[in-house]
Amino acid sequence: MIEAILIKLALAAAVYFGVLNLAGIHTWVERKQSAVMQDRIGANRATLFGFRMMGLLHPLADVIKLFTKEDFVPPGGNRALHTLAPFLSAFFALATFAAIPIGDTLMIGNRIIDLQVAKIDVALLYIFAMLSMGAYGVVLAGYSSNNNYAFLGGMRAASQVISYEITMGISLIGLVMWYGTLDLQEMVRAQGRYLWGWLPLWGFVVQPVAFFVFVTAALAETKRVPFDMPEGESEIIGYFVEYSGMKFGLFFMTDFIETVLVACLATTFFFGGWQAPYLLADGFHFPWGGGIALAPLAVTLLGIISFTFKVLFFCWLFMAIRWTLPRFRYDQLMRLGWKMLFPISVANVILTGFVLLLIRG
Amino acid sequence: METVEPQYETRDMMLNMGPQHPAMHGIIRVIVKLDGETVKDVDVEIGYLHRCFEKMSEQGGYHHVIPYTDRLNYVSPLINNVGYCMAVEKLMGITVPERGQYIRTIVSEISRITDHLTCIGASAMELGAFTVFLYMIKAREYLWELVEFVTGARLTISYCRVGGVKADLPEGFEEKTRSALTQTREVLKEVDKLLTRNRIFVDRMKGTGRITGEEAVNYGITGPFLRSTGVNYDVRKAQPYLIYDRIKFEVPLGQHGDNLDRYFVRMEEMEQSMRIIEQCFEQMPKGAVQADEAARAMPAADMVDEAKMGRIPLIRGASPVTDPVLEGSNRAFHNQVNAPDKRAILPPKEDTYGNIEGLMQHFKLIMYGHGIRPPKGEVYQPVEGANGELGFFVVSDGTDKPYRVRCRPPCLPIMSALGRLVIGDMMADIVPTFGSINMIGGELDR
Repeated sequence: MIEAILIKLALAAAVYFGVLNLAGIHTWVERKQSAVMQDRIGANRATLFGFRMMGLLHPLADVIKLFTKEDFVPPGGNRALHTLAPFLSAFFALATFAAIPIGDTLMIGNRIIDLQVAKIDVALLYIFAMLSMGAYGVVLAGYSSNNNYAFLGGMRAASQVISYEITMGISLIGLVMWYGTLDLQEMVRAQGRYLWGWLPLWGFVVQPVAFFVFVTAALAETKRVPFDMPEGESEIIGYFVEYSGMKFGLFFMTDFIETVLVACLATTFFFGGWQAPYLLADGFHFPWGGGIALAPLAVTLLGIISFTFKVLFFCWLFMAIRWTLPRFRYDQLMRLGWKMLFPISVANVILTGFVLLLIRG
Repeated sequence: METVEPQYETRDMMLNMGPQHPAMHGIIRVIVKLDGETVKDVDVEIGYLHRCFEKMSEQGGYHHVIPYTDRLNYVSPLINNVGYCMAVEKLMGITVPERGQYIRTIVSEISRITDHLTCIGASAMELGAFTVFLYMIKAREYLWELVEFVTGARLTISYCRVGGVKADLPEGFEEKTRSALTQTREVLKEVDKLLTRNRIFVDRMKGTGRITGEEAVNYGITGPFLRSTGVNYDVRKAQPYLIYDRIKFEVPLGQHGDNLDRYFVRMEEMEQSMRIIEQCFEQMPKGAVQADEAARAMPAADMVDEAKMGRIPLIRGASPVTDPVLEGSNRAFHNQVNAPDKRAILPPKEDTYGNIEGLMQHFKLIMYGHGIRPPKGEVYQPVEGANGELGFFVVSDGTDKPYRVRCRPPCLPIMSALGRLVIGDMMADIVPTFGSINMIGGELDR
């Protein structure tokens, strides 16, 4: 029993180590990638004993700065709620990762470990629950700051998150119908089948429309450009306008954690999670014949690497989108959500139903 | 259709935008009354950058105003220089030599491009497209390097003089300009790809900040802002100054008078400005060549010492070596870009140091109580600034100080229409509309 708890703890530690570091490094990626896109050099001033390491120390310098800044609560603001808000935001974003499978099973001795922090039968519902709870942090931040700008930001965030949550949920129903499960580990395993022997039946292949709707809606959930209405730095500065120090840092981190989260979700739902093409339980089997036999441990490791690689790809993609597009306007965002994405996702569900009826009878 | 009255009580929200607001440049305060996100009323407060330009202009001589004009529209300071100097020249009846006029045209058009680049870049950034902003600034950098090459400064250029310009164009300027224009065109093409067919950008800009041509005229709006409404008024065409009447260029017009049309008008005007610059290079009379006078080079201080001792033969025909900032203003260059008018133009340095007539002419313009003395009268000279008609109204009472210098800033009428532009739009539209005005604090508040 204690062994099982220890294993789960180790797994949780490993996952959160990865997630938090990836989120931290995201600040570096954001600086450097935007710099590359904009013909700049990017941050490279922080040094440690003369080593600049391409600006990799900047996230550390940021944290030191944020921790040593004054923690300010605006007069007239609600101190308790003001303090609670960033923690709610970060906590629910982090809690979501518990349901994401990062790899297949791992055999140690004769113990089979599922590489998923929490094995939840209804993981999909859990994820949506956590995601929508995250909106409370933002709304509370806007509400407790006693500032009109923050208030507007909070209101925008609330309506945006609620609208896009629905679209996002419906876009995934097609996937649930296809794979017949709410358990993410099962869903990823189901994506390991092949059509005509060579086309992996990933979510993207069976539900391409849902993929685009999901990614758009999920990007809106992360509240980053082009969906950064709640922040809108040149318009209303954002729901965190009255935050300083590490409380602001938490909101800042939440943005990045959510980006990583959306990348993980897109990978898990639509790009086969930890599946690597043609990698079966005993090694590679290429459709053109031949293959490479691998030990189970190597297969599991390759799975984790494949998952990480896909997540990094999506992180890169979202970053490129963030630095290319301008921002929507509030009403345009609502129109996009309710009048375009929502009907499309509903139509997708109906279409999936018909297709399934035709195929499976 | 019957409208349903809301049963719940609503209250408007007062929002104080600025001066500490990222989009308000730190110098504008807009008090907005919001119904949800819709703007119901605005109150625009200006004056945070008031520097008494007009009053200060009356304190010194006519030449002392030139550095102040640099600080009017600090994104395109050369146009202000040209405008003020042309006003004083009109008052005195001075005609600048052709080469000087072409130089003024070239630097004005370079400034116009830098101004439009800044405006579009900043508007895009305020919409969240940060990358476009930095591309535009990169292109502006190519052009400001040219400005630096000609004037020696990037912002406080003080390049024009009453009756001419400070110095001739430096060697190799034409090639540098042509390559800078090529690079700028590339950037503009890139930006065009990023914005013009970008659905989000077009949706954000289209139909926001609308104004009709008639209203715009009533407000006194000029420049790209007026042309976006379809009214064809460009000072360069309506009252051609410098050599604009000899140059082929088109005045782009919009139709709807919204932010999107202003974007298109500015994009096209940049292309037209580049055309003007290229034509100027073709038509411009050839400049002087640095003569062999350098062989008799002599430090200016030594020349003064020798002259004091009366050793005139030693300094006769010598060419004074002066501060490097005076490069390009030797006699040969000087006479090509400056009017031969002793009332306003400082002599070339060879004369100042080399003969008594030059020295006296210099002192008559420099010494306290002397200086430029235009005849009594008043004059208004408009030029096409980057934001619209930039006019200088100069009154002379016959003394060495202007009696009055009044500047007509193109921003002010547009700013006065800001309330009219944004009411009824959404809160988020204030920022791009304000961006498309291209409000420049130095010019607005003077």
